[in-house]
Amino acid sequence: MSRRADFAAGAFAIAPVLAAAIPIALLFGTLSVAKGLSVAETSLMSMTVFAGALQFVAIDQWSNPVPIGLLAFTALVVNIRHVLMGASLGRSMGDFSSPQKYAGMFFLTDESWAFAEQRARKASLTPAFYFGSGVALWSVWNIASLAGAVLGAGLGDPAAYGFDFAFSAVFIAILTGFWSNWRTGAVLLASGAVSALVKLSVDGAWYIMAGALAGIIVAAILHAEDENPRETDRIMPS
Amino acid sequence: MSLDPHTVLAILAMAAATYLTRLGGLWLLRLANVRGRTRAALDAVPPAVLMAVIAPTVFATGPAETIAAGITLLAAFRLPLLAAVAIGVASVVGLRMLLG
Repeated sequence: MSRRADFAAGAFAIAPVLAAAIPIALLFGTLSVAKGLSVAETSLMSMTVFAGALQFVAIDQWSNPVPIGLLAFTALVVNIRHVLMGASLGRSMGDFSSPQKYAGMFFLTDESWAFAEQRARKASLTPAFYFGSGVALWSVWNIASLAGAVLGAGLGDPAAYGFDFAFSAVFIAILTGFWSNWRTGAVLLASGAVSALVKLSVDGAWYIMAGALAGIIVAAILHAEDENPRETDRIMPS
Repeated sequence: MSLDPHTVLAILAMAAATYLTRLGGLWLLRLANVRGRTRAALDAVPPAVLMAVIAPTVFATGPAETIAAGITLLAAFRLPLLAAVAIGVASVVGLRMLLG
Protein backbone atom coordinates (compact mmCIF):
# COMPACT_ATOMS: atom_id res chain seq x y z
CA MET A 1 0.00 0.00 0.00
CA SER A 2 1.24 3.51 -0.77
CA ARG A 3 2.08 5.77 2.12
CA ARG A 4 -0.84 8.05 1.33
CA ALA A 5 -3.28 5.14 1.15
CA ASP A 6 -1.92 3.82 4.45
CA PHE A 7 -2.35 7.25 6.08
CA ALA A 8 -5.96 7.32 4.84
CA ALA A 9 -6.48 3.75 6.08
CA GLY A 10 -5.38 4.83 9.56
CA ALA A 11 -7.73 7.81 9.55
CA PHE A 12 -10.57 5.65 8.23
CA ALA A 13 -10.02 2.89 10.79
CA ILE A 14 -10.50 5.38 13.61
CA ALA A 15 -13.65 6.98 12.07
CA PRO A 16 -16.04 5.63 14.73
CA VAL A 17 -13.86 7.22 17.41
CA LEU A 18 -13.81 10.52 15.53
CA ALA A 19 -17.62 10.56 15.52
CA ALA A 20 -17.72 9.83 19.25
CA ALA A 21 -14.97 12.35 20.05
CA ILE A 22 -16.86 15.34 18.58
CA PRO A 23 -19.55 15.68 21.28
CA ILE A 24 -17.01 14.92 24.04
CA ALA A 25 -14.61 17.61 22.77
CA LEU A 26 -17.49 20.09 22.36
CA LEU A 27 -18.40 19.43 25.99
CA PHE A 28 -14.79 19.91 27.07
CA GLY A 29 -14.61 23.29 25.31
CA THR A 30 -17.86 24.35 26.94
CA LEU A 31 -16.81 23.32 30.47
CA SER A 32 -13.37 24.86 30.11
CA VAL A 33 -14.75 28.29 29.18
CA ALA A 34 -17.38 28.01 31.92
CA LYS A 35 -14.54 27.42 34.41
CA GLY A 36 -12.90 30.69 33.36
CA LEU A 37 -10.28 29.65 30.81
CA SER A 38 -10.18 31.74 27.65
CA VAL A 39 -10.84 30.28 24.20
CA ALA A 40 -7.12 30.51 23.42
CA GLU A 41 -6.16 28.76 26.67
CA THR A 42 -8.71 26.02 26.04
CA SER A 43 -7.30 25.44 22.56
CA LEU A 44 -3.74 25.50 23.85
CA MET A 45 -4.61 22.70 26.28
CA SER A 46 -6.29 20.55 23.62
CA MET A 47 -3.36 21.07 21.25
CA THR A 48 -0.50 20.39 23.66
CA VAL A 49 -1.99 18.01 26.26
CA PHE A 50 -4.30 16.07 23.91
CA ALA A 51 -5.54 13.62 26.56
CA GLY A 52 -9.30 13.60 27.05
CA ALA A 53 -9.57 12.07 30.51
CA LEU A 54 -6.89 14.35 31.97
CA GLN A 55 -8.38 17.48 30.41
CA PHE A 56 -11.74 16.86 32.12
CA VAL A 57 -10.08 16.08 35.45
CA ALA A 58 -7.89 19.20 35.17
CA ILE A 59 -10.85 21.48 34.41
CA ASP A 60 -12.63 19.99 37.42
CA GLN A 61 -9.64 20.86 39.64
CA TRP A 62 -9.01 24.29 38.13
CA SER A 63 -9.08 27.10 40.69
CA ASN A 64 -7.60 30.49 41.38
CA PRO A 65 -4.63 30.74 41.88
CA VAL A 66 -3.88 28.00 39.38
CA PRO A 67 -2.47 24.93 41.22
CA ILE A 68 0.36 24.30 38.75
CA GLY A 69 2.11 21.56 40.76
CA LEU A 70 -1.12 19.73 41.51
CA LEU A 71 -2.15 19.81 37.86
CA ALA A 72 1.23 18.49 36.68
CA PHE A 73 1.07 15.69 39.28
CA THR A 74 -2.50 14.90 38.27
CA ALA A 75 -1.31 14.63 34.66
CA LEU A 76 1.26 12.02 35.70
CA VAL A 77 -1.25 9.99 37.70
CA VAL A 78 -4.06 10.06 35.14
CA ASN A 79 -1.73 9.26 32.25
CA ILE A 80 0.71 6.81 33.85
CA ARG A 81 -1.02 4.05 31.85
CA HIS A 82 0.69 5.53 28.77
CA VAL A 83 3.97 4.03 30.01
CA LEU A 84 2.53 0.52 29.76
CA MET A 85 0.80 1.25 26.45
CA GLY A 86 3.96 2.77 24.94
CA ALA A 87 6.10 -0.16 26.07
CA SER A 88 3.68 -2.61 24.47
CA LEU A 89 3.25 -0.64 21.24
CA GLY A 90 6.94 0.29 21.00
CA ARG A 91 7.71 -3.34 20.13
CA SER A 92 5.59 -3.02 16.98
CA MET A 93 7.37 0.16 15.86
CA GLY A 94 10.15 -1.59 13.97
CA ASP A 95 9.37 0.39 10.80
CA PHE A 96 9.62 3.73 12.64
CA SER A 97 12.74 5.92 12.68
CA SER A 98 13.77 7.32 16.05
CA PRO A 99 12.26 10.80 15.38
CA GLN A 100 9.10 9.10 14.12
CA LYS A 101 8.85 7.16 17.38
CA TYR A 102 9.27 10.30 19.49
CA ALA A 103 6.83 12.31 17.36
CA GLY A 104 4.44 9.38 17.19
CA MET A 105 4.26 9.02 20.96
CA PHE A 106 2.83 12.54 21.19
CA PHE A 107 -0.30 11.19 19.45
CA LEU A 108 -0.65 8.25 21.83
CA THR A 109 -4.21 8.10 23.16
CA ASP A 110 -6.26 5.14 24.38
CA GLU A 111 -8.13 5.16 21.08
CA SER A 112 -5.35 5.52 18.50
CA TRP A 113 -3.22 3.13 20.54
CA ALA A 114 -5.95 0.46 20.59
CA PHE A 115 -6.32 0.66 16.81
CA ALA A 116 -2.54 0.53 16.34
CA GLU A 117 -2.27 -2.58 18.52
CA GLN A 118 -5.13 -4.16 16.61
CA ARG A 119 -3.42 -3.35 13.32
CA ALA A 120 -0.08 -4.72 14.58
CA ARG A 121 -1.74 -8.07 15.26
CA LYS A 122 -2.90 -8.41 11.65
CA ALA A 123 -0.10 -6.75 9.66
CA SER A 124 3.00 -4.73 10.42
CA LEU A 125 2.29 -1.26 11.79
CA THR A 126 3.48 1.42 9.35
CA PRO A 127 4.25 5.00 10.44
CA ALA A 128 1.75 6.24 7.80
CA PHE A 129 -1.12 4.20 9.30
CA TYR A 130 -0.24 5.25 12.84
CA PHE A 131 0.08 8.95 12.02
CA GLY A 132 -3.09 8.75 9.92
CA SER A 133 -5.19 7.77 12.93
CA GLY A 134 -3.26 9.98 15.37
CA VAL A 135 -3.40 13.17 13.29
CA ALA A 136 -7.07 12.58 12.39
CA LEU A 137 -8.05 12.27 16.04
CA TRP A 138 -5.89 15.26 17.06
CA SER A 139 -7.49 17.44 14.36
CA VAL A 140 -11.05 16.46 15.20
CA TRP A 141 -10.42 16.83 18.93
CA ASN A 142 -9.02 20.34 18.44
CA ILE A 143 -11.64 21.60 16.00
CA ALA A 144 -14.48 20.36 18.19
CA SER A 145 -12.99 21.65 21.43
CA LEU A 146 -12.47 25.07 19.83
CA ALA A 147 -16.07 25.00 18.60
CA GLY A 148 -17.28 24.10 22.10
CA ALA A 149 -15.28 26.94 23.65
CA VAL A 150 -16.62 29.48 21.12
CA LEU A 151 -20.24 28.31 21.22
CA GLY A 152 -20.23 27.96 25.01
CA ALA A 153 -23.00 26.40 27.05
CA GLY A 154 -26.29 25.17 25.65
CA LEU A 155 -24.90 22.31 23.57
CA GLY A 156 -26.48 19.75 25.83
CA ASP A 157 -25.18 16.71 27.63
CA PRO A 158 -23.57 13.95 25.50
CA ALA A 159 -25.00 11.33 27.90
CA ALA A 160 -28.49 12.19 26.65
CA TYR A 161 -27.57 10.79 23.25
CA GLY A 162 -25.55 7.83 24.53
CA PHE A 163 -22.27 9.31 23.26
CA ASP A 164 -20.65 8.80 26.65
CA PHE A 165 -21.03 5.06 26.05
CA ALA A 166 -19.48 5.19 22.57
CA PHE A 167 -15.88 4.97 23.81
CA SER A 168 -16.72 1.97 25.99
CA ALA A 169 -18.40 0.33 22.98
CA VAL A 170 -15.31 0.94 20.82
CA PHE A 171 -13.06 -0.61 23.46
CA ILE A 172 -15.35 -3.62 23.92
CA ALA A 173 -15.32 -4.25 20.16
CA ILE A 174 -11.52 -3.94 19.97
CA LEU A 175 -11.11 -6.14 23.04
CA THR A 176 -12.69 -9.09 21.20
CA GLY A 177 -9.65 -9.16 18.89
CA PHE A 178 -7.21 -9.74 21.74
CA TRP A 179 -8.52 -13.10 22.89
CA SER A 180 -5.97 -15.86 22.47
CA ASN A 181 -6.56 -18.50 25.19
CA TRP A 182 -7.79 -19.09 28.75
CA ARG A 183 -4.95 -16.94 30.07
CA THR A 184 -6.57 -13.93 28.36
CA GLY A 185 -9.72 -14.73 30.36
CA ALA A 186 -7.75 -14.71 33.62
CA VAL A 187 -6.10 -11.39 32.68
CA LEU A 188 -9.49 -9.81 31.88
CA LEU A 189 -11.04 -11.13 35.09
CA ALA A 190 -8.26 -9.71 37.27
CA SER A 191 -8.12 -6.40 35.43
CA GLY A 192 -11.90 -5.90 35.35
CA ALA A 193 -12.48 -6.87 38.99
CA VAL A 194 -9.65 -4.74 40.40
CA SER A 195 -10.52 -1.76 38.21
CA ALA A 196 -14.19 -1.77 39.23
CA LEU A 197 -13.37 -2.24 42.93
CA VAL A 198 -10.76 0.53 42.97
CA LYS A 199 -13.10 2.87 41.08
CA LEU A 200 -15.79 2.28 43.73
CA SER A 201 -13.46 2.72 46.71
CA VAL A 202 -10.71 5.20 45.72
CA ASP A 203 -11.15 8.75 44.44
CA GLY A 204 -9.38 9.80 41.28
CA ALA A 205 -8.12 7.96 38.23
CA TRP A 206 -6.10 5.21 39.95
CA TYR A 207 -8.50 2.48 38.80
CA ILE A 208 -7.06 2.18 35.29
CA MET A 209 -3.51 1.65 36.47
CA ALA A 210 -4.58 -0.65 39.32
CA GLY A 211 -6.69 -2.82 37.02
CA ALA A 212 -4.08 -2.89 34.26
CA LEU A 213 -1.32 -3.88 36.67
CA ALA A 214 -3.47 -6.65 38.17
CA GLY A 215 -4.05 -8.11 34.69
CA ILE A 216 -0.37 -7.82 33.75
CA ILE A 217 0.77 -9.47 36.99
CA VAL A 218 -1.65 -12.36 36.37
CA ALA A 219 -0.22 -12.74 32.85
CA ALA A 220 3.33 -12.84 34.21
CA ILE A 221 2.38 -15.41 36.87
CA LEU A 222 0.58 -17.65 34.39
CA HIS A 223 3.36 -17.44 31.82
CA ALA A 224 4.63 -20.90 30.90
CA GLU A 225 7.71 -21.57 28.79
CA ASP A 226 5.79 -24.20 26.82
CA GLU A 227 3.44 -21.61 25.32
CA ASN A 228 2.81 -22.17 21.63
CA PRO A 229 5.52 -20.09 19.90
CA ARG A 230 3.34 -19.45 16.84
CA GLU A 231 0.78 -17.84 19.06
CA THR A 232 3.24 -15.32 20.46
CA ASP A 233 4.61 -14.61 16.98
CA ARG A 234 1.12 -13.69 15.91
CA ILE A 235 0.88 -11.20 18.75
CA MET A 236 4.22 -9.64 17.83
CA PRO A 237 4.77 -9.40 14.08
CA SER A 238 8.21 -8.66 12.66
CA MET B 1 -8.33 35.87 23.11
CA SER B 2 -6.31 36.15 26.28
CA LEU B 3 -3.47 34.14 27.71
CA ASP B 4 -2.77 34.35 31.42
CA PRO B 5 0.89 33.46 32.11
CA HIS B 6 0.05 31.22 35.11
CA THR B 7 -2.61 29.39 33.16
CA VAL B 8 -0.27 28.90 30.21
CA LEU B 9 2.43 27.62 32.57
CA ALA B 10 -0.02 25.14 34.15
CA ILE B 11 -1.13 23.91 30.72
CA LEU B 12 2.46 23.48 29.52
CA ALA B 13 3.37 21.66 32.76
CA MET B 14 0.46 19.27 32.15
CA ALA B 15 1.55 18.84 28.53
CA ALA B 16 5.14 18.07 29.55
CA ALA B 17 4.05 15.57 32.22
CA THR B 18 1.71 13.89 29.74
CA TYR B 19 4.38 13.66 27.02
CA LEU B 20 6.74 12.18 29.61
CA THR B 21 4.28 9.35 30.29
CA ARG B 22 3.96 8.82 26.53
CA LEU B 23 7.74 8.50 26.14
CA GLY B 24 8.13 6.39 29.29
CA GLY B 25 7.20 3.21 27.46
CA LEU B 26 9.93 3.65 24.86
CA TRP B 27 12.53 4.18 27.60
CA LEU B 28 11.22 1.18 29.55
CA LEU B 29 11.67 -0.99 26.46
CA ARG B 30 15.33 0.01 26.23
CA LEU B 31 15.97 -1.09 29.81
CA ALA B 32 14.07 -4.34 29.76
CA ASN B 33 15.01 -7.47 27.88
CA VAL B 34 11.70 -8.39 26.27
CA ARG B 35 11.62 -12.16 26.50
CA GLY B 36 9.81 -14.86 28.42
CA ARG B 37 7.84 -13.52 31.36
CA THR B 38 8.41 -9.83 30.49
CA ARG B 39 7.10 -10.48 27.01
CA ALA B 40 4.03 -12.31 28.35
CA ALA B 41 3.39 -9.35 30.66
CA LEU B 42 3.67 -6.81 27.82
CA ASP B 43 1.49 -8.96 25.55
CA ALA B 44 -1.20 -8.68 28.23
CA VAL B 45 -1.09 -4.86 28.29
CA PRO B 46 -3.71 -4.23 25.56
CA PRO B 47 -6.47 -6.43 27.00
CA ALA B 48 -5.58 -5.46 30.60
CA VAL B 49 -5.66 -1.69 29.93
CA LEU B 50 -8.78 -1.82 27.76
CA MET B 51 -10.60 -3.87 30.39
CA ALA B 52 -9.46 -1.55 33.20
CA VAL B 53 -10.75 1.48 31.26
CA ILE B 54 -14.23 0.04 30.64
CA ALA B 55 -14.80 -2.01 33.80
CA PRO B 56 -16.37 0.79 35.93
CA THR B 57 -18.81 1.64 33.10
CA VAL B 58 -19.61 -1.99 32.37
CA PHE B 59 -19.85 -3.44 35.90
CA ALA B 60 -20.41 -0.56 38.29
CA THR B 61 -22.65 2.05 36.64
CA GLY B 62 -26.06 0.46 36.21
CA PRO B 63 -28.01 -2.35 34.54
CA ALA B 64 -28.47 -0.36 31.30
CA GLU B 65 -24.70 -0.04 30.79
CA THR B 66 -24.03 -3.68 31.75
CA ILE B 67 -26.67 -5.06 29.36
CA ALA B 68 -25.60 -2.70 26.57
CA ALA B 69 -22.00 -3.85 27.03
CA GLY B 70 -23.15 -7.47 26.60
CA ILE B 71 -25.07 -6.55 23.44
CA THR B 72 -22.03 -4.68 22.08
CA LEU B 73 -19.83 -7.70 22.79
CA LEU B 74 -22.15 -10.08 20.91
CA ALA B 75 -22.44 -7.63 18.00
CA ALA B 76 -18.65 -7.21 17.84
CA PHE B 77 -18.14 -10.94 17.23
CA ARG B 78 -20.34 -10.81 14.11
CA LEU B 79 -20.28 -7.26 12.75
CA PRO B 80 -17.74 -4.61 11.76
CA LEU B 81 -16.62 -2.23 14.48
CA LEU B 82 -18.72 0.74 13.40
CA ALA B 83 -21.93 -1.35 13.34
CA ALA B 84 -21.16 -2.87 16.75
CA VAL B 85 -20.54 0.59 18.26
CA ALA B 86 -23.75 1.98 16.72
CA ILE B 87 -25.76 -0.95 18.13
CA GLY B 88 -24.09 -0.46 21.53
CA VAL B 89 -24.90 3.26 21.67
CA ALA B 90 -28.48 2.72 20.45
CA SER B 91 -29.04 -0.02 23.04
CA VAL B 92 -27.72 2.09 25.93
CA VAL B 93 -30.07 4.93 24.97
CA GLY B 94 -33.02 2.52 24.74
CA LEU B 95 -32.16 0.70 27.97
CA ARG B 96 -31.69 3.95 29.91
CA MET B 97 -35.18 5.01 28.86
CA LEU B 98 -36.62 1.58 29.70
CA LEU B 99 -34.86 1.14 33.04
CA GLY B 100 -35.05 4.77 34.10
